[in-house]
Amino acid sequence: MNRAPASSSLRISTRSQARATMIRRIRQAGIYGLLLIGSVLTLLPFLWLLRSSLMEPAQIFLFPVEWIPDPFMWSNYREALTRVPFDRFFLNTMTIEFFVVSGTLITSTISAFAFSRLRWKGRDLIFGILLTALMLPYAVTLIPMFLFWKELGATNSYIPLIVPSWFGGGIFNLFLLRQFFMTIPRDLDEAAYLDGASPPQVLWKIILPLAKPALIVVAIFTFIAVWNDFLGPLIYIDDNDKYTLALGLRFFSGMYNAQWDYLMAASTAVILPIIVLFFVAQRYFIEGITLTGIKG
Amino acid sequence: MANTATDQRALPVPKAKLRSGMAKMEQRWGIIMGLPAMLGFLCFTIGPMIASGWISLTDWQISGSPNYIGFDNYSEMFFDDPLFFKSLKATFYYAALSVPLTLGLSFLVAILLNQKVKLLSVFRTIFYLPVLVPAIANTILWLWLLNPDFGLANVLLEKLHLPTSLWLYSETTVIPSMALMAMWGFGGAMIIFLAGLQGVPQHLYESIEVDGGGTWAKFRSITIPMMTPTIFFNLVMGIIGGFQAFTEAFIMTSGGPNNASLFYVLYLYRTAFTESRMGYASALAWLLFLVILIVTILVFRSARNWVYYEGDRS
Repeated sequence: MNRAPASSSLRISTRSQARATMIRRIRQAGIYGLLLIGSVLTLLPFLWLLRSSLMEPAQIFLFPVEWIPDPFMWSNYREALTRVPFDRFFLNTMTIEFFVVSGTLITSTISAFAFSRLRWKGRDLIFGILLTALMLPYAVTLIPMFLFWKELGATNSYIPLIVPSWFGGGIFNLFLLRQFFMTIPRDLDEAAYLDGASPPQVLWKIILPLAKPALIVVAIFTFIAVWNDFLGPLIYIDDNDKYTLALGLRFFSGMYNAQWDYLMAASTAVILPIIVLFFVAQRYFIEGITLTGIKG
Repeated sequence: MANTATDQRALPVPKAKLRSGMAKMEQRWGIIMGLPAMLGFLCFTIGPMIASGWISLTDWQISGSPNYIGFDNYSEMFFDDPLFFKSLKATFYYAALSVPLTLGLSFLVAILLNQKVKLLSVFRTIFYLPVLVPAIANTILWLWLLNPDFGLANVLLEKLHLPTSLWLYSETTVIPSMALMAMWGFGGAMIIFLAGLQGVPQHLYESIEVDGGGTWAKFRSITIPMMTPTIFFNLVMGIIGGFQAFTEAFIMTSGGPNNASLFYVLYLYRTAFTESRMGYASALAWLLFLVILIVTILVFRSARNWVYYEGDRS
């Protein structure tokens, strides 16, 4: 007799367990369902881009809509990229990339070192002041900077796009590197100083080897910012043969504004290198965004 | 200097003296090595800002020489320039629409991804991809997606038997269309939210479980309060970015139709680089700075009431 209640409560508990599993399963299904819908919606514009870039114009405008190009017009890419000299624009962009990425890496590393690993009077106050630049709208400095470079006769060259990167590389990168440098234990530096090393030596021999991931993050972010920059070249560059990819793409879209097959092919060609870079260096991306986002 | 260094090694110098030598060295090198960033700030941020303030008090056209005209530019803005108000309105509307929608979406997706999801990195990658698309390619792509006759957006709406839209070609839908574009880039804020969620200490959730609280209780009394600093950060960054939108309007609509998408920075750009009115454009720039400053201060003020900092309570 004693057993009956025990076994019935056992049955109840297995039943409620079954119910809990079921609720968990439904919840899981809901989560994955939403994520899947979200993924499809996020990817659809990319699919639309690719499909349009590989179609003949006649098929693009067909109703009902078709998703698979027939035939695959790979020649759209060749046509789009040779009608205006995209190879030239690419070289121009890479020239700017070289000088901006190197300037940013060198000077932001040096300054971030000063603001994180050396103790000096006024350091934190000055860094706080520098941080306010994050909130300053670029529109405020745009006009005086333009007038300044024009006065120096440097417009229609890459100088206005390159020189600022050699002065600290922008507050964002400075902040990111400083955050990273502060995670390295200070004993390392102190021991080196007691052995008679100078701060530049400590930076070169101790900090830099440890900071490689952070430097890669800075290099990638800077590379992408230059690749995507539109307003800077728009304001400073006049001659067609000095155009960057972003300016060139806009120039191209002005000339072929109803040729969606060519426009999508050219756009894909400008987007693709960044996406490839992202996949190659994905680990660093996530790290970098997290480092600046959270602790900000 | 070199002498004292050798002295220190030769004799057993007291540690305090060693430390003071180190402090001096750090002071000197700190300033030298911090110089690039400080000079950059002086030459490319604060200097231009002051110059901009001065230019805004002149009638400088790009060719002639500047004449001081006091606050005439500012009074023209407020009393004699309907486009100024129109552009301010369009910009506020855009920010008020795109910032909360993008933040809401990115927060929601971050929460979903934080449920011990399998294939987390795959989903995260997919959602982040749109952020990488260069602004100019993005605008060309969306011009095509939102094409009223052959674009994907209307194709989908028709499939679902919903009314189609003119999107960028109507005064009432142009700003919402651009907000939709902005939402496509929700992955940037999402990654920051996700990292924040992963940083919430697990034991806090466990303590709610001990008290018998369910999913909703955990969400309301742990997740939300612990995430407020991250929400705050994304909000401030979103507002600053939203107020400075430019490329979408510049490429896709040139501010139209009927100036409905004349973003403030686009208006400023035109004033400066099409009409060459550098004085007036600088006044516009300064006003934008003040507007962003005021909005940011208001958000900071309100933050006291809703942002939770761990250090505060204990």
